[in-house]
Amino acid sequence: MASYTVAHGKAKCFYDHYERKADLQHQTHYCPGCGHGIVHKLIAGTIDALGIQDRTVLISPVGCSVFAYYYLDVGNIQVAHGRAPAVATAVKRSRPESIVISYQGDGDLAAIGTAEIVHAANRGENFTVIFINNAIYGMTGGQMAPTTLLGQKSTTTPFGRNVWNEGYPLKVCELLASLTGPVYIERVALGDNKQIMRAQRAVRRAIEIQTQGLGFSLVEILSPCPTIWKMNPVEAQHWVKEEMTKTFPLGVFRDRTKEAERRPAPAHAPPLAEIPRILGIANGASRRAAAAAPLNDAEPRDLRIKVAGFGGQGVLLLGQVLAEAGLDAGLEVSWLPSYGPEMRSGTSNCHVRLSARPIDSPLVSRPNVLLALNEPSLRKFLPTVEPGGWVFYNGTALAEDCHREDVQILVRPFTKMADELGETRAGNIVMLGALLESTGVLSEQHVNGALRRLVKSERWLEINRLALAAGREAARKGNGHEK
Amino acid sequence: MSGNPKPDRGLVKLDSDECKGCGLCVEACPPKVLHLADHLNPYGYHPAAYTGAGCTGCGICFYVCPEPGAITVFRLVEQKAEPKSEELMPAAA
Repeated sequence: MASYTVAHGKAKCFYDHYERKADLQHQTHYCPGCGHGIVHKLIAGTIDALGIQDRTVLISPVGCSVFAYYYLDVGNIQVAHGRAPAVATAVKRSRPESIVISYQGDGDLAAIGTAEIVHAANRGENFTVIFINNAIYGMTGGQMAPTTLLGQKSTTTPFGRNVWNEGYPLKVCELLASLTGPVYIERVALGDNKQIMRAQRAVRRAIEIQTQGLGFSLVEILSPCPTIWKMNPVEAQHWVKEEMTKTFPLGVFRDRTKEAERRPAPAHAPPLAEIPRILGIANGASRRAAAAAPLNDAEPRDLRIKVAGFGGQGVLLLGQVLAEAGLDAGLEVSWLPSYGPEMRSGTSNCHVRLSARPIDSPLVSRPNVLLALNEPSLRKFLPTVEPGGWVFYNGTALAEDCHREDVQILVRPFTKMADELGETRAGNIVMLGALLESTGVLSEQHVNGALRRLVKSERWLEINRLALAAGREAARKGNGHEK
Repeated sequence: MSGNPKPDRGLVKLDSDECKGCGLCVEACPPKVLHLADHLNPYGYHPAAYTGAGCTGCGICFYVCPEPGAITVFRLVEQKAEPKSEELMPAAA
């Protein structure tokens, strides 16, 4: 009786089942005859053969192969359109022992991601790019790609690609081979079984070059897209072989493996625990413990501040000073600006949070401190202030219909006070002085430190010093002496 | 063994649930021992099928097939070598 042993079977690094849809855990999502499945198998076979499954990271792009992570049981990252080489660079540099494969289609690599691939290749980054060229946008329904052949019809070139309108097919291998950085560049195809075997060798070679630490390798694979080309799978395979290779000749465009030097391995990324020390905030914990002090216990430990006014009134800067001072005080802080496109006169507000605990969201929809630099802002946000909260209003009096009994409201003409100091624009800092004095949040030292970082000129520092003092004074005094 | 007809050098197993009937394996098979079945699989494709004899175990159908596990190709184990039991698969009926 004859016995048989497996010669070619499903690679180990494919998942047994693909957890994508209830009934379709057996098949890939690719169309019948699609080249992606063939290339996935070439990559999987190489990963198995080299024994690198545990350290391989596949970067999948936007396009039909966006779901590569359903199939290959390796580290997977799905990234923004065209940015796979940038992410691959980061992964490879921070985890030099990993084998990083950037898997990209022609729309992803040769259109939106042109800059990323050119610069990654030019830097000679030590990862492998598998570039699937099917001369069309498949997933989005057949628009022209940079690699669409001359005369080829697509939904955006219904009469065929025309040189005078759309230019020439982009030859990625030739383009990148003109750079010094890349070590290995080859174009292969899936036009018949011989070409597929050649593609298998190229994929393996490219990944081996990475394991040897030599540098950038790219394999372009001419691949069929039967559905969008409106051909049956066998016709599409023939079209790859007969037509695509006329525009995109096969072959090795760069091979520096003999003379390439092993790239020096980048330093390992520091462990997470080391990062505070590297950033010079090593004693953050002790500072945080001390931080509770400036916020006296009677005041809320979680300040949710809304600063609102017109653009040009210093709304955003006021928020920044608060956030920066909070940072110095060792608090958790967030600062979220929200403004229209106008530099001046548009509405503008920012959300600031200062908290002794980690901040869940930087949005402040129920403030406990409202700094309203004009009346529209007061009208808009006063109803949102939490009962027991503080309101600082830049004006002379509250309108009849604009009042609340359950919040503490301080009304002062902050801008006019700044004007009297000789600088109208310092109204925001006068208001800050009043806030500090009234609520007792944040120490003088931390506020001054923040101002020194945010305000560059000596003249303005002096104005702000006077403005803070005027604001504190105004808050200490009784009702509206400035009238 | 003498007297018996010589067994095929290869054997191919096709998973009809995974097959999408693209026909690339049928086109590529050198001894032409694959065909698309008349019946439909649960997904509405005519799956590839083995005629039952003549496989050489070359593996070309495996490489042209876009599905990771639709095709498995086996090779005949030489009888003189002591069989390694774990690797062995009995000839499929």
